[in-house]
Amino acid sequence: MIETEQLSRRYGKLTAVDALSIRVEPGQVLGLLGPNGAGKSTAMRMIAGFLVPTSGTARVCGHDVGREPLLAKRLLGYLPEGAPSYGEMTVREFLQFIVRMRGLKPEVAYRRFDEVVQRLELEEVLELGIDTLSKGLRRRVGLAQAIVHDPPVLVLDEPTDGLDPNQKHAVRQLIDAMARERTILISTHLLEEVHALCNRVVIIARGRLLADATPAELERRSRYHGAVSFSASGSGMSQEMLGRLPQVAAIEVDALDGRITVFPKPGERILEAVEMLLRKQGIEVAEIQLERGRLDEVFRQITTEGGDVDAMAEVRT
Amino acid sequence: MNPVSAVMRRELRSYFVTPVAYLFLVIFLVLSGILTFYAGDFYERGQADLQPFFVMHPWLYLILVPAITMRMWAEEAKSGTLELLLTLPLTLWQAMLGKFLAAWLFIALALVLTFPLWVTVNYLGAPDNGVILVGYLGSWLMAGTFIAIGACMSALTRSQVVAFILTALVCVLLILAGQPQVMDFFHGTLPRQLVNAAAHLSMLRHFQAIARGVLDLRDVLYFLLSMMGWLIAGVLLLDLKRTR
Repeated sequence: MIETEQLSRRYGKLTAVDALSIRVEPGQVLGLLGPNGAGKSTAMRMIAGFLVPTSGTARVCGHDVGREPLLAKRLLGYLPEGAPSYGEMTVREFLQFIVRMRGLKPEVAYRRFDEVVQRLELEEVLELGIDTLSKGLRRRVGLAQAIVHDPPVLVLDEPTDGLDPNQKHAVRQLIDAMARERTILISTHLLEEVHALCNRVVIIARGRLLADATPAELERRSRYHGAVSFSASGSGMSQEMLGRLPQVAAIEVDALDGRITVFPKPGERILEAVEMLLRKQGIEVAEIQLERGRLDEVFRQITTEGGDVDAMAEVRT
Repeated sequence: MNPVSAVMRRELRSYFVTPVAYLFLVIFLVLSGILTFYAGDFYERGQADLQPFFVMHPWLYLILVPAITMRMWAEEAKSGTLELLLTLPLTLWQAMLGKFLAAWLFIALALVLTFPLWVTVNYLGAPDNGVILVGYLGSWLMAGTFIAIGACMSALTRSQVVAFILTALVCVLLILAGQPQVMDFFHGTLPRQLVNAAAHLSMLRHFQAIARGVLDLRDVLYFLLSMMGWLIAGVLLLDLKRTR
């Protein structure tokens, strides 16, 4: 379990993390989401015991990181931002060093070492210097380092950064497999990752907690939640008709590909109505889709606090 | 395994992976040899001892020890491995001690490798090997103090160059503190007690006593306490960095 209470960190006048209180339970994978510079890494560094909070506390499995650092650190696997490791060592030497530092008993150490190497597919690079590895491999070495002692709590700062899609998938599977009894906190700026991995999302910006919800809840906040989009030929006519439906709030046409998106009024379901209308009009629809909601839009909306959200959304979509 | 020895072993290995260790050993051995024979008048003195050899050590350490210690913490801070190291289950003290011991053992190796000189002087005459042994011990203690200073300076900055310069600067001040020329200069301007107190901090004074074969507890304590003091300062600096 990870708990933070009013965790704050200031660098001079800048407040990097501002009274952050979160609680992650075993079985949860919490995604810490936020724009660059939001304070994700600073918060994680305090939880891992690298930085001392300006005020507030962080606890790992009930151990105050400031008062009982060794107990907390033993229970924690931590992947720092950028997955730093000793470049002049080989992968084997590095992992052996971590195993020694973790104080694993020899019989456990050998088993865990083999397990981790196999899981992260590091067999072929064991004897290579870490400096010579690709970014993706280095990230995997960093992950191996974080999980080698089989910790109940994992804090991973951007675990899939720099990986190709296949490797990302493998790492997500790995995290997913470990998630059952463990407490996992990951930071990311990839929204797809939230879908793939997290059962809870915390969004922070300028050090403040702005949202704490499940991915599905966040999607429901989106303007697109429950919207219906389709592409059809000769749709000028249908637009007008659709606008007259009582459940419909707005209609947008994509200037590039002519795709039409119909937005429902709050709480209304419009898929059936739209489909029926289109059929009645004899309009041939190539493909129709019910939108779940767009996380990126919700993310922007939350982190920019109003502002030019709509304008920015237009640019992206 | 104990985290101190794990850190120490990792550190020692890292010396030998990069050319630093070999470079250091070659330069140390060559320079200590040359200086002993040419600058130290090894033959002309007509005495079978290693005085001319030990006399050169403070000056050799002045250049070479900062080169060993400058990367100790500065490099970890720069490359981000500091975050990795300090989130592993060990105290700052254990980390500092492991790194310090690695460097100190490395210097011990360098000193051991000067054995041909000892063989030579035993071949040429009948030196007092007890005095020589004490001389080696004194040299090693002094090196430890240099290393502790270097460890502290390396904890102060992310820049290895800055760490090198600061270490060399502090070391040269501590070497020169007790020299008559320096003492005379300050006698005119500073209170007598202060100058005398500063002279007692001089590394050269304590080292020369030991190097002559006089193993006084006070000299040994001076080195041990200095090491501890600088290492404590280094740990405090590292801790301060975590809060700032």
